[in-house]
Amino acid sequence: MDIELITNILFATIRTGTPLILIALGELVCEKSGVLNLGQEGMVLMGAVVGFAASVITGNLGLGVIAAVLAGTMMSLLFGFLAISLVSNQVATGLALTIFGTGLSAFIGASYVGVGIEGIDAWNIPLLSDIPIIGKIFFSHDPLVYLSWILFALVFWVFKSTRLGLTIRSVGENPEAANAIGMSVFKVRYAAVMFGGAMAGLAGGYLSLAYTPLWSEGMSAGRGWIALALVVFASWKAERIMLGAYLFGAASIMHLVLQGLGFEASPNLLAMLPYGATIIVLVVIANDAVKAKLSTPLALGQPYRPQV
Amino acid sequence: MIFRLEKRPSDSQAMAYLSPILAVALTLLSGAALFASLGHDPAHSLYVFFLQPLEDLYGWTELGIKVAPLLLCAIGLMMCFKAKVWNIGAEGQFILGGLGGGFLALQLGEVESAWVLPAVLVFGSACGLLWAMLAAFLKTRFSANEILTTIMLNYIALNLLYYGVHGPLKDPDGYNFPESALFSDWAILPVVFEDYRLTISIFFALFAVAIVWTFVSRTLLGFQVSVLGEDSSAASFAGFKDKKLVWLVLLLCGALAGLAGVSEVTGPVGQLNPYIAPGYGYAAIIVVFLGRMHPLGITVASMLLALTYMGGEMVQMDLTLPKSITGLFQGMLLFYLLACDLLISYRIVRDRPKVASNSSTQSVAQA
Repeated sequence: MDIELITNILFATIRTGTPLILIALGELVCEKSGVLNLGQEGMVLMGAVVGFAASVITGNLGLGVIAAVLAGTMMSLLFGFLAISLVSNQVATGLALTIFGTGLSAFIGASYVGVGIEGIDAWNIPLLSDIPIIGKIFFSHDPLVYLSWILFALVFWVFKSTRLGLTIRSVGENPEAANAIGMSVFKVRYAAVMFGGAMAGLAGGYLSLAYTPLWSEGMSAGRGWIALALVVFASWKAERIMLGAYLFGAASIMHLVLQGLGFEASPNLLAMLPYGATIIVLVVIANDAVKAKLSTPLALGQPYRPQV
Repeated sequence: MIFRLEKRPSDSQAMAYLSPILAVALTLLSGAALFASLGHDPAHSLYVFFLQPLEDLYGWTELGIKVAPLLLCAIGLMMCFKAKVWNIGAEGQFILGGLGGGFLALQLGEVESAWVLPAVLVFGSACGLLWAMLAAFLKTRFSANEILTTIMLNYIALNLLYYGVHGPLKDPDGYNFPESALFSDWAILPVVFEDYRLTISIFFALFAVAIVWTFVSRTLLGFQVSVLGEDSSAASFAGFKDKKLVWLVLLLCGALAGLAGVSEVTGPVGQLNPYIAPGYGYAAIIVVFLGRMHPLGITVASMLLALTYMGGEMVQMDLTLPKSITGLFQGMLLFYLLACDLLISYRIVRDRPKVASNSSTQSVAQA
């Protein structure tokens, strides 16, 4: 295996891991506040289609990204209204959000299938991108990849050393106590759910505007679900989400690796790898039940109704 | 806030039955608003979507074609959900049924025997069962979350189907299209009425409903499934074997969804192609919730969901709107249903003036 191939594979790994990082970081914040939103897949698809449509209509990719974020946020508000305000079952509501988002995105996107756009260009970071090999792997991506690193740093910092992180955590661990000392469980949970929606929308925008600049039905291909498994795999730690996302990214581009090595393998069979890997991860996590219990936000998935 | 939710002293039985009707009404209203916003006459559009498909016998038989797979998937899912096993994998089990059955049908392409069809059906059903078995194994042996494992298995199944029709099962004389050869006549399900596409799979579905209904209401094992769902500690206290029941419901659902899949490819489709599964496995989830987890309700709900598929095709032809409006209607329906279901255990009350609201109505109600 020559050095250029390795460089290309690592470059592609980072690109492929990026949407997973975005979705999983959003879900992490959401779950830390005690809300389990299984609707990631639907929000990603809505972000992808709305971002793409907005770019085509306005001819401006930046507006497309903003539209994608807004679309994801709007979807999450729908979830929030049902699951937080109306205290509906979070699992069923999340599933409904995915089914709804899949349908709505296909409906909106029907006339955009086959439309082509110029995707978001790479920004080579001056000087850094000139470093041999490392420059190509890390510093010649599109801006959304860099943004995913900034957002990672932000989430990491918020939970590591800010009051906000503490507030979100306490709402997710013990909403009654958090409420008793004057925190607004509703506001925190709504904000966390909206952050999750915005991130999922951004991931959708990344898919349809940068990763593969086009729209096709169901193009997120289960990334929303994989990201959900990733959060558990990472035991709700941002740094492990980064690691896990890139591992999954690597699994998803196995066909590149094998082709590079001169093997012929069906792309359809190789496409199963990330899903198979997710199942293995689920088995491994579940086997370590004690640890999983310790790191799960205590009130995860439990609706909160304040005493009147 | 002027209105707020207040917990009912006990769940409202009436609301449990009214909620689906309310949800359907709200979906229709939203649908009308949607059509209007797209510049179509709402009344006429709703007519095209929901009534026009059923104007003649042809329409009703076409409805039956879609009811059969929905009902087969939904009745299996009902057992899973009753036992609180969140199997989202009917779609993958459906695909495996179609793929496995189709594989056998292609292998037996030259065989002229009345046994071909039963063999294909049994094999397809067994493949669906096997796919569900994976999920059951992962859940009982490793306690892996079944929502995520079954969804992953759905994606794997879909890629397996793609692999089949792009690779080993592709028709050698098919101009390189990703589809298999047409099955021989010996592997095709008989139709109910001559000149109509409806196959006897509708009887499989109705038979499955009858069997499961009897099982749930008349047998001890059926009772145990419900108990497991209500309270799993009570179930283990009573000596029921949790794991055995998890296996039971998942395998049952897998076999039924597999049968739905193989009936689809040996029925209206007649070959393998990448589009054999138009989301019946997911729509069946809505069917179960809408049908209140009761066999009779599920039968009615599956007709409604089948109608959304036909309505989508109708508005595509008549109003040139995208067919994917089907998924939109299905999603709305589930959302409204979840919202309306709150009225089962909560009621909307008007906030009384501040002075009077000192005593908590909620705690009184709960006490």
